[in-house]
Amino acid sequence: MSSTLVRHGLFFVIIAALLAVLTGLVFDAYTNYNVAGIAIFAISAAGLTVLTGVNGQVSLGHGALMMIGAYTTSVLLQWHPDLPMLLALLASIATTGVAGAIIGIAGARLRGPYLAGATLALALALPQVPTHFASLFGGNQGIIVPAPAAPGVLGAGFPPDQWLAWVCLAAALVTLFLLANLVRGGTGRRLRMVRDNEVAARLAGVDVARTQVLAFVISAVCAGLAGSLFAYWVGITSPAGFTLNLSLSLLTAIVIGGLGSLLGAVLGAVVLVYLPVWTGGLASSLNLASNVANNVPLAVYGVVLIAAILVFPRGIAGGIASARQALTKTVGSRRRASTLPGAPAP
Amino acid sequence: MHLLVIYTVDGVVNGMVYAAVALALVMIWRATRVVNYAQGAMAMFTTYIALVAIQHGATYWLAFVIALLAGFVIGAVTERVLVRPVESRPPLNAVILTLGVLIVLEAVAPMLFGGQTQSFPVPVSNVDIVVGSTDLNVSPFALFTVGAVIVAMLVLFVVFQRTTLGLRMRAAAFNPEIARILGIRVGRMLTLGWGLAALLGALAGLLAAPATLLYPNNMDEVLVLGFTGAVIGGLDNPVGAVIGALAVGLALSYVSGYIGSDVAPLGGLVILIAVLMVRPQGLFTLGRQRQV
Repeated sequence: MSSTLVRHGLFFVIIAALLAVLTGLVFDAYTNYNVAGIAIFAISAAGLTVLTGVNGQVSLGHGALMMIGAYTTSVLLQWHPDLPMLLALLASIATTGVAGAIIGIAGARLRGPYLAGATLALALALPQVPTHFASLFGGNQGIIVPAPAAPGVLGAGFPPDQWLAWVCLAAALVTLFLLANLVRGGTGRRLRMVRDNEVAARLAGVDVARTQVLAFVISAVCAGLAGSLFAYWVGITSPAGFTLNLSLSLLTAIVIGGLGSLLGAVLGAVVLVYLPVWTGGLASSLNLASNVANNVPLAVYGVVLIAAILVFPRGIAGGIASARQALTKTVGSRRRASTLPGAPAP
Repeated sequence: MHLLVIYTVDGVVNGMVYAAVALALVMIWRATRVVNYAQGAMAMFTTYIALVAIQHGATYWLAFVIALLAGFVIGAVTERVLVRPVESRPPLNAVILTLGVLIVLEAVAPMLFGGQTQSFPVPVSNVDIVVGSTDLNVSPFALFTVGAVIVAMLVLFVVFQRTTLGLRMRAAAFNPEIARILGIRVGRMLTLGWGLAALLGALAGLLAAPATLLYPNNMDEVLVLGFTGAVIGGLDNPVGAVIGALAVGLALSYVSGYIGSDVAPLGGLVILIAVLMVRPQGLFTLGRQRQV
């Protein structure tokens, strides 16, 4: 355990140093903006991976949890414009964690299609709340969120895009570090056990319901953090930012990346941010009409999602694992290939 | 009192549309143990096909038939080409697959038909019938909606309960292994079942579109409410699903009438959660419970 901790810690410190250099010296402002987006979606997708990939509970409503995080930050900033970013992030984590616990307690009784349907209803219903309670949540116009200012230590002229990218990357690295240790440890084993065989888990003394609620809270906390950062990143928090498509995109990301793998969640987040950029460039170079061009990314998501399930169910991360396995075959790698987890009966 | 009558009529009419969706979901669930999350998007797509047919000079009734046939084809092709390969895999595969179909249809529809919201015609007037000086609070189109869904349900009931084909389809869904031994082409039956379910969904799309207007997401909410109805009734029970969907229609009509129409989806969520808290398997599910 402690060697895992040290190994993970070293790995993440090296990655952090590398990213600090890249965002500070190599990337332009636009790339930094996209990097921040990748970090945000990686946080959210990593949480969903723990819930769906590791614990086997399908959530079609993770966009709604991000929305709770984003609105917590936005409303607080509306009341207290000088609120430090760290407090806003923590507040969002708290509210979303509570929401996740409530949904988790409700969801622990539900299996497969019933859980998916309930979370789907959540994803569709929650964006109605800001519309109905417009005085508090700004209605359909949304709430403007000021860009976070870099601390004075970094100098007055420090580019805000770089600061946001740093904050998002730091948050993502901390989240992934914690999740990586959690998934490798006893909690992760319990989560997987409940996914693979509830009866066996119960016989082994695992509290199935509590484990499922825990998984929901963990993933909700991640979604809340991501949502809060998302509010800063987008600059405006409105119901239109949290449609069903956001929830489905997150699910797409973890499936394309490789279900059950944290690396897969990060790779999925890269696809999520850069696919619209690439297809947008392609569409404009082909002079497609706007109604076609605007929907190319969505169509590609859908096609890739179907293709992923039919052709490569273990996603990009699974492909990388297979390649590495093939390379180390002569040495005799003990690492087992992960397969698409068998969630209970949707 | 007068308002109560209006809301009740509205609730029944909407409930019948949800019932068609709910029944389509139940048919597919019973046949292949898959919830077809793409059902709403399929119905949206076939309704667009009907609209294109009308814009090219077809009568409403011809477009109506075209949409139903298109629904059948889309459903059957989806089962045969996409769902069949993942049938033996963990259920999560099929869930994600139908979500993929949903995303593709909702992305392709605006590419083909334009993204802007369009109105969809009604075959008969949707102005309330007035007899003498009394407003009956019900329009010919409302009656048509209720009638069309009831006819579709009766036809399906007769097909499933009174014909050899229906017996085969039920056998294939009930126990594929035994059915196969008895010489039933199980795969073909499942494809047929998906086709018929999607046809019913296409009907729901045609009936919902005049009120919701037609745009790529117009059936999302209808799907969720139909699903809510099916869950309330129990995904295994067609009669329960219809009753559940009618209950959802009525409840939402009262909520949007007395509280506000923008809270209607929230009302649906509250009903769904409340029912699932009491009965995680739905109200009318019979037979074995999931035991752990």
